[in-house]
Order: sequence, then C-alpha cells, then structure tokens
Amino acid sequence: MTGGVLGLVTVFVLSIFIGFEVISKVPSILHTPLMSGTNAVHGIILVGSIIILSGAHNTTQQVLGTAAVFLATLNVVGGFVVTDRMLEMFKSKKKS
Amino acid sequence: MSIATGVNVAYLFAAVCFILALKGLTSPKTARYGNAIGAFGMVVAVAMTFVNRSVSNVALIVVAIAAGVVIGVPVARLVKMTAMPQMVAAFNGVGGGAAALVDISDFTKHAHSGVAIWIQVAVVLGVIIGCISFSGSIIAFLKLQEVMTGTPITYKGQQAVNGLIGLGILGLGGTVLSTTSSPVLAIMAGIALLFGIAFVLPIGGADMPVVISLLNSFTGLAVAASGFVLHNVLLIVAGTLVGASGTLLTRMMSKAMGRSLANVLFGAFGKVQESGAGASGSGEDRPVRSGSAEDIGTMLAYAQKVVIVPGYGLAVAQAQHTVKELADVLQAKGVEVDYAIHPVAGRMPGHMNVLLAEADVPYEQLKEMDEINSDFPSTDVALVVGANDVVNPAARDMVGSPIYGMPILDVDRAQQVVFLKRSMRPGFAGIDNELFYDPKVTLLFGDAKDSLAKLVSAVKAS
Repeated sequence: MTGGVLGLVTVFVLSIFIGFEVISKVPSILHTPLMSGTNAVHGIILVGSIIILSGAHNTTQQVLGTAAVFLATLNVVGGFVVTDRMLEMFKSKKKS
Repeated sequence: MSIATGVNVAYLFAAVCFILALKGLTSPKTARYGNAIGAFGMVVAVAMTFVNRSVSNVALIVVAIAAGVVIGVPVARLVKMTAMPQMVAAFNGVGGGAAALVDISDFTKHAHSGVAIWIQVAVVLGVIIGCISFSGSIIAFLKLQEVMTGTPITYKGQQAVNGLIGLGILGLGGTVLSTTSSPVLAIMAGIALLFGIAFVLPIGGADMPVVISLLNSFTGLAVAASGFVLHNVLLIVAGTLVGASGTLLTRMMSKAMGRSLANVLFGAFGKVQESGAGASGSGEDRPVRSGSAEDIGTMLAYAQKVVIVPGYGLAVAQAQHTVKELADVLQAKGVEVDYAIHPVAGRMPGHMNVLLAEADVPYEQLKEMDEINSDFPSTDVALVVGANDVVNPAARDMVGSPIYGMPILDVDRAQQVVFLKRSMRPGFAGIDNELFYDPKVTLLFGDAKDSLAKLVSAVKAS
C-alpha cells in the first residue's frame, strides 16, 4: 500500500524539521540534560517492544520480545529518572 | 469513535508531549516541567498499547517491564553525578538494542509471508543502526567508566578493517533483502555489533561526548525504522525527533571543539598528536613554578575578580562542593567570583554545569565561553581546576597543533593563572601546554579536592 508508506514518510520528513526547529536554541548548560531527555524519549521503543511481544507466536519471538521489553523499559526509566535528577539540581536558589 | 481511533488520538497526544518535552528542555526555567510532560506522554502511550489488541504473553510483558523498573530505577537514582555521561551512554545503548530486537522479531514473524520491500529495508536499516548504537554505547560506557582505557585504541590498517566490516554489513543487508533469510539477518546483526565496537575503539575519552550524542541520534533513527516496520506513527515521530535533535547537538559539539565530525570520528586523535606535538617536546626538563597553597590562598583573597575554570579533574576528584566552598569564602571577602564553562569541558557538554549545580552554584555565576572571554584581561586570577586542553593557547596560536582551531578560554590573558593539577601529565589530547611555563602561571600539584580544601583554609587564614 504505497499510500500508507507515503503517509509514514511524510510524518518522518516533517518530524525531522520539528526536531531541528525545536532544539535549535539551547544554552550549553542544558546540553547534558537535553541529551539525556532525548535519550528518554527514544525509550518509546517500549511501545514497539510490547506490540512485538504481544504478538509473539514461538519461543524465539518470545525471547526476542521479552529482551526488547526489558531493555526498552531500562531506557525509559533510566532516561527520565537521570534527566530529572540532573534538572532537580538546576533549581537555583538565587542568591540575589 | 472506534477504539483504534482512540488509540491513535492518544498516540498523537503522546507525540505532542514529546515535542513539548524537548521544547521545555531548551530553557532552564521549563526544563524539569518539560521532562515531566515527556514522562507523562510515555506513560499514556504505553498504557494505550494494551488497548485494542489481543494482547498475549501478558505475563512476560509484565515481568519484563517489572524487571526493567526494578533494575533501572535504583541504578538511575544511585549513580553519582560524575558518572552521568556513562549512564546516558548505557541507557542509550539498551534503547538501540531494543529497537534492533523488535525489527528482528518482526522479520522472523513475517519473513515467509512475503513482506513489502520497504518494510524489509526498514528492518535491515533498523537492525544495523540499532546494533551499532548498542555495542558502540557499551564501549563508550566502558571507556568512561574506566573499565577499559580511555585513550584511542589504534592499530595499523584500522581504517581499512573498519571499511571492510562496513562493506560486509552492506553486502549482508543486500542478501537479506534478496533472500529474506533470518539466519543471514542474524549474522548481519552480529557484524553490525562488531562494527559498533570497532568504530568507537579508536576514539579517545575527550571525544566521547560527541560519540554519545551521535549514538543517541542513531538510536532515535533505529526507533524510527521500527516505526516503519510496525506501521506505528508514534515511533516514527519520537524516533525522528531524537534523530534530528541528536544530530544537531552532535554538530554543535564538534563545532565547539573546532573540528569536523569526520575528524572526530576518523581522525584517530591519538595518532596526530604524536607527530604534531613533537616540536614542543614533552617539556619534562623545563622549569615550572609551583606554589604553596598558602601563597595562592593569599593571592586569591586579595584579588578583585577570580574566574574559576573547571575541567574533568574536578569531576574525577568529586570536588564540586569544595570549589563552591572556596567561592563562598572568597565572596565573603568581597571577591567577585565567576565560573568559566567551556562547552566541552568534562566529558559531556554541560557536564560542568551539572556538577556545579549539584553543589548549588547559582547558574547566574556560570558563564559561557563567549561571555567570559572578554573578561579575562580584567581578571586578577584565573583558577584552573583540572582543565587543560580547553585553556591551551596552542589551540589559538600554534598552527599545526592537533587542537589548533578549537575555541578556548583565554585564561592566559588574565593577570595571574593558577593551575590545580594532579601531575604534569598532559590532558586528553595528550598535548603539552605552553602555558605551564609562562612566568605568570603558578601550579599547585595534588588531587583537586585536597588542593581546594587547602586553599579554603588558606583564604580563611589570610
């Protein structure tokens, strides 16, 4: 179904532009949290991992899927927690 | 509204959350809020995935998620702030691995039922990129964790070997497309893992930030590829967002180092310096002036303006609280104190900011390179704590130096410069620093934390 592919490609291309646009101005003090935050966002592969495992038919697919869900969960949890810890420290107690 | 439509609306909502999360992360005021929005979007997306499908293997899914949470949360909570860069590398790697596994699993499911060619292409690309990100991130983790050496590992003909591995991957990828053979896909995945290792080995510790950022964008693209495989728009949006923003961040970082990305990845920094730094020699026999903590403490206490330049040595020594203490003591004496933050000081962009923020240094005091450089001529003392390459004037003045062209902090323009160093060992780039031999420079040898503690008592005493 080429129409379907074209739709996905459209989303892909537009997302590239949003990705560039949305972070084009970042103060360098936020580079590490930003990297960690984007790291957490690609943890969305957890959704893909759950879909794959929920449709697994044989042992191989179950093993692959379970490993994927486990790794993706690590990505999500670790990503958001680490980012939050970094940002927690930016609550500046302003001296003035 | 059908259930399927409801799920897609929820996915759209999650996608908007992710965009807002990234947007929020670009300003200190909204950053934490942004991260929370991202996490909320993630929870919504994951919850909706259980709706509208005959979910089998529920027990496995729950156990795998529980295991990930039980292991991931404590690790992320307990890791020291100095170890953050390698944690980001590790959590990035597992994401890449998950993406590759999803693609492989989907391929084994549909390989015999005639899959559209574009899905096969997405599978092949996703597996290659995901595997490279996985193994590359592990090597980056091991290098930063200092389990293995942080210096570049190079050997003769390395470029050729890596090139051959790369060609092998492409060849196998083509074979997968033409044969739809799962074993060939598995072999290709193995070679891609090997390539990830081979590709990060020759890159030194100083360049790891750039590599982690690049691998981060790789994982994003691998996730986007999985989105094509699964016809899942949310995966495409989120993965591509990360891919694009990661690429941009990678470019910002290599730019800050005054080098092209290609040079970072293939320059084998380690080799260049051996031939390039020959002219300046190793400088073993040249005199340097080392001072006592008391002398330096007095110098600092009677200065009008002190600029502290933190580097990786500060992170290693866990000296962020002690440096804050020194700044407080100085400010109590009426000295103006700022911190000069080089974009690539430490091992990640913003590494120093994170560390100093941990010690409650107000971020108004953290000055970026462009902002602070014009202040150095009116600075009485530049106090360099465990930084080296980012203040090496060779980058500005010595054509032919391996770091020539990298923007630096002009500490040599301050009235006095104090280096706190562990030894005369050169920085990551392995290049000697002419500045050590300048008469206005004083060196204080020792662990950064000990030295700073001594300075605190010396300043108090004077």
